[in-house]
Amino acid sequence: MGKTLFDKIWSAHTVRQLPDGATLLYIDRHLVHEVTSPQAFEGMRMAGRQVRRPELAFATMDHNVPTTKDRLNIEDPISRAQVEALQANCEAFGIRLYGLGDRRQGIVHVIGPELGLTLPGLTIVCGDSHTSTHGAFGALAFGIGTSEVEHVLATQTLRQQKPGTYRIDFNGRLAPHVSAKDMVLKMIGLIGTAGGTGHVLEYGGDAVRTLSMEGRMSICNMSIEAGARAGMIAPDETTFDYITRTERPYAPRGAELEQALAFWQTLPSDADAVFDRTLTIDAARIAPQVTWGTNPGMVIDIDQHVPGPDTAEGYSRTDVENALAYMGLTPGVRMTDVDVDVVFIGSCTNSRIEDLRLAAAVLDGRKKADHVQLLVVPGSHAVREQAEAEGLDHIFKAAGAEWRYAGCSMCLGMNPDQLRPRQRCASTSNRNFEGRQGKGGRTHLVSPEMAAAAAVAGRFVDVRTWSPN
Amino acid sequence: MEPLTQHTGIVATLDRANVDTDAIIPKQFLKSIKRTGYGPQAFFDWRYRPDGTPDDGFELNHPRFDGRSILVTRNNFGCGSSREHAVWALAQDGYRAIIAPWKMLKGERVPGFADIFRTNAVKNGLLTIELSEAEVDAIFKLVGAHQGLEATADLPSQKVTFHAREPHVFEFEIDAGIKDKLLHGLDDIAQTLTFAAEIDRFEADHETWRGQPAD
Repeated sequence: MGKTLFDKIWSAHTVRQLPDGATLLYIDRHLVHEVTSPQAFEGMRMAGRQVRRPELAFATMDHNVPTTKDRLNIEDPISRAQVEALQANCEAFGIRLYGLGDRRQGIVHVIGPELGLTLPGLTIVCGDSHTSTHGAFGALAFGIGTSEVEHVLATQTLRQQKPGTYRIDFNGRLAPHVSAKDMVLKMIGLIGTAGGTGHVLEYGGDAVRTLSMEGRMSICNMSIEAGARAGMIAPDETTFDYITRTERPYAPRGAELEQALAFWQTLPSDADAVFDRTLTIDAARIAPQVTWGTNPGMVIDIDQHVPGPDTAEGYSRTDVENALAYMGLTPGVRMTDVDVDVVFIGSCTNSRIEDLRLAAAVLDGRKKADHVQLLVVPGSHAVREQAEAEGLDHIFKAAGAEWRYAGCSMCLGMNPDQLRPRQRCASTSNRNFEGRQGKGGRTHLVSPEMAAAAAVAGRFVDVRTWSPN
Repeated sequence: MEPLTQHTGIVATLDRANVDTDAIIPKQFLKSIKRTGYGPQAFFDWRYRPDGTPDDGFELNHPRFDGRSILVTRNNFGCGSSREHAVWALAQDGYRAIIAPWKMLKGERVPGFADIFRTNAVKNGLLTIELSEAEVDAIFKLVGAHQGLEATADLPSQKVTFHAREPHVFEFEIDAGIKDKLLHGLDDIAQTLTFAAEIDRFEADHETWRGQPAD
């Protein structure tokens, strides 16, 4: 029987089977940020342990950093202490840090691929659930808790139960104005926020193969929103081109690259590989998606009506009533009649150069609606520089947007970028949980193009039929 | 980690599915660099009014649940962010065991707890118990009918007993490795380091493809 991409990586990283039935899995890259690491370093210190392979760990600051021009002076003393703790820990344990002010700083899941740290066939972990992003390169990448962060620091391994495999094929071609974000939101709507729990998703099909790396990262990023710890896409020419086309400091070069390419070509799932579960989605029928509730599975097509307690499949009456009350929506309302107060374009889901280009194409020569606050937050300093080289910053500013520095920003509102109670936000981020973007804030997840259009119209619009001006 | 064999305590119910870790511990408390102090912050946005006083409308604030240490809730508890702070907050707020139902959705069995939350819980000695939806429905009814209902979660026998007028006993399944870890309060890192020589041998022939940056 053939092997899946996941099986190949899992067996190549198995150090040994453990007596309790788990596998001791070797970890090739450990990405570290300020929020989930301080207690792990403290644990190392208290036990008198050293980091086993500091050259395989890489740190940055993203979650709680300000994204304004004066970001280097963090006013909040608790946030500042956390950033300083990461700096001190990286110095003490010999870990390379891309800190605030560094030209390579950015959201951990944006800079990993940029730096060439993310490569096919690797195991990659980080104390952040959106580590699944890196699976877009054909790596096995998943989020871990702080105790596991400490375990990796001390042993360069993790004790893991082998998950099941789940193949999701998007067949056919996407319609115009429909993007990778819509594909993944549609998938979560179909299988639910726990539909992938205990499984690693592998995405395939024509509509995935024709996506750029940015689009593939958006899909793998939100695998966790379907309950799966990891999502993967087999590496191909698009992957190899991304890694080799520009200078990526930690990517292999020369003879080593030749060897790597030969190895990477062996990774895709064999034709006769068997998955524990499978699902096929007709990509041509996917419409732009928008969430209406308080988890990413509560999602509909933009031209549909908000469901009610009796029409929302897979949710109890109480769940739907709670969600609608929190979101300030009534059943039967058309999403295109719903006004927005804030538009956030950013996060590890949608803050890469391609996302900014899509948003800029909508905003070019237009202005945001007067009542809307529009925030554009690039995922990394490198993305910010690239966007400025292409003149996108001028388009954003002329449209009335705030053009920010790199960080997680309003995706989770750990820094000062937060919604106020009852503010409604069209957001390119990944979670519409209660309070996620600020206590009482109402989040609707959409694609970059949908978000930019909502900023201009001042309400949600169907980008397939919308004609501004 | 403290070993866990048996725990008896008052049961509280939270009738919500898909309770995410943002709800269990909101973002503003993740700025701490400590491992303690999270107990009063559990379910913060639901638990307190804007003026900081307890919100009577939140189920877990009901006086009938005073002193509770076992939480019964709905499917997919602990989804979302990997923040271990969620488990620290629950444990420090006095919870020793959480019960949630698996359910059948479109022909597939969907677990009661999210993956990362469940792993984090084990690392901190917090017991997660999965029962069927019908069993959890029955427990919700029992708790509703008995003020101050207590239950005993017994790990060696894999049974949880609700001490109503008639005792109600539910058997649960648990991964053998997780059970062993909880029973003995094992330190994972110390256990793994006993295999240090094998990790050395593995590393000797393992390629990590890390290039050398020019600068």
